Amino acid sequence: MLDFVIKRVIQVGIVVLLALTVVFFLIRLSGDPTPLFLPPDAPREQIDEYRSKLGFDRPLLVQYGEFMKNAVQGDFGNSLRSKEDALGMVLQRLPATFQLAISALVLSLLISIPLGVLSAFKRNSIFDRIAVALTVIGQAIPSFWFGLLLIFIFAAQLKVLPSGGGGSIVHMILPTLTLAAYSIARFTRFTRSTMLDVLRKDFIRTAKASGVPTPRLIARYALKNSLIPIITLVALDLGTLLGGAVITEVVFSWPGIGRLLLQSLLNRDFPIVLAGVFIIALIYAVINFVADLLYAFVNPQIRVR
Amino acid sequence: MTIEIPEQPGSSRPAVTPGKQSKLAFLWSSLLHSWTGMTGFIIILLLLFLSLFGQWIAPFDPMHAEFSKKLLPPMTDGHLLGTDQLGRDILSRMIAGARISVIIGVMTVLIAGTFGTVVGIVSGYFRGWLDVVLMRIVDVQLSFPFILLVLVINAIIGTGLKNIILSLAIGGWVIFARVVRSEVLALREKEFITASVATGVPRIQILFKHILPNLFTPIIILSSLQIATYIIAEASVSFLGFGVQPPNPAWGNMLSEGKDYIFSSWWLITFPGVAIMITALGVNFFGDWLRDTLDPELKGE
Repeated sequence: MLDFVIKRVIQVGIVVLLALTVVFFLIRLSGDPTPLFLPPDAPREQIDEYRSKLGFDRPLLVQYGEFMKNAVQGDFGNSLRSKEDALGMVLQRLPATFQLAISALVLSLLISIPLGVLSAFKRNSIFDRIAVALTVIGQAIPSFWFGLLLIFIFAAQLKVLPSGGGGSIVHMILPTLTLAAYSIARFTRFTRSTMLDVLRKDFIRTAKASGVPTPRLIARYALKNSLIPIITLVALDLGTLLGGAVITEVVFSWPGIGRLLLQSLLNRDFPIVLAGVFIIALIYAVINFVADLLYAFVNPQIRVR
Repeated sequence: MTIEIPEQPGSSRPAVTPGKQSKLAFLWSSLLHSWTGMTGFIIILLLLFLSLFGQWIAPFDPMHAEFSKKLLPPMTDGHLLGTDQLGRDILSRMIAGARISVIIGVMTVLIAGTFGTVVGIVSGYFRGWLDVVLMRIVDVQLSFPFILLVLVINAIIGTGLKNIILSLAIGGWVIFARVVRSEVLALREKEFITASVATGVPRIQILFKHILPNLFTPIIILSSLQIATYIIAEASVSFLGFGVQPPNPAWGNMLSEGKDYIFSSWWLITFPGVAIMITALGVNFFGDWLRDTLDPELKGE
């Protein structure tokens, strides 16, 4: 088990470093960054002077080494616009993103697991058919469009909820729904098919035949045995949730890491982009790591391999 | 083209015998029996038709702005779906947008699919240190959210049709590499391959005569399912201000421009979104049907 943990921790490190490397070279290959530090009408001599002052005239590999050395110490430089510490700005936005992602995750689990279980138990009923149709549609709706529709209905027409911004619980309702929609569809579909598989097993038939009451049958026998695949899928999907959070944040002007990343991309504010990529890659890798641990914990077969 | 399907009592599927004609007939009869597959097929045909002949069907020039006619609601002045903030006809822009979506979906699948397939074959068939390196790269890339990867790459290398296709392909090839590799690994163990190896058939010849033809089905299935992902991803990236740029009528762009008028003109943010949803549904329906028909083992996954 310890070997497994150590191996995976090293892997997390490699993933994050490689992500930074790729983005660093992409940015450098896309053009000379010097003019970004200066006003647009700066004279040629000033640009040249700045280039050597900032070290952009040195060989690329030297610059890369320097960048990595600073990056692993948490120094990504300052924002080109606000001159604040880039990593600090990203970290400051992190709680808002977590708040959104976690509430969406909780909401989708609360809805999708009971829905999937019921759907499987009432297979081919009207309820099941409607649930399945909704999950199919839910997976085909682009989340940003779903967000726009919610704004249109609840903010523009009914005028009961704000169309964007952060701060209060009321502001969280629409972004959470938007972000949760895709996960609800996916988790429901998956819970349903996993439950259908389990319900076909012999031990369920035996339990049923020996008169175990239905609620108990669901909770103790069927659901318990569906949990491993469900946990795995949920853990794997946390990354998608994080990616979706970025788009949702932009639609609702939610003050999280995604909106900051998008603004920095639009402004070509690369220190923030690199710091943002670093944090997102790190979170994503850690989530995968925890998911693997969890999986190995509930399924001892994995550990043996 | 019409194909006569003989009625076979007691069996929903005609017997399959080798040969192209009968395989097509089998596919067609299976399609006739699946309403989702048929729906998907019709939606795809419609999309292809619109992207090929749309410029002659569209009632107006999709780029023509007329300020006196801005923000007309649907069904006014011959504008079936209304006009946008510059007075451009929404229906015509959506038809032109279909072409953009189709080009992006198809081109991305071609590039990502080809590159990923080559990597998958090299990895799975020749193994060795190259396999280890390539699969590590795949692992690393899969550990970053797809949509964010596409967004960051596109923002850095620049916007426009060519660059969004390139960004999507860079983000998408890994899925092909992984699936093709595992298919190749499974094929290698099959008896007809091990027998060929034992009788001394050259490895390259085995690759082209036995491995490649057997990869066709899984690649087609994966491609059809990936197209919907690419179309939605492009719409998202264009919505966020990268990808295809205004004034080009990509659906994501139209939604992005329309969101400023969400409180006054509902039609701007409604119709392009419906188009994306129907496209994604259609392509997914068709892909699911194709998977269930060509590879019944995977059914219900």
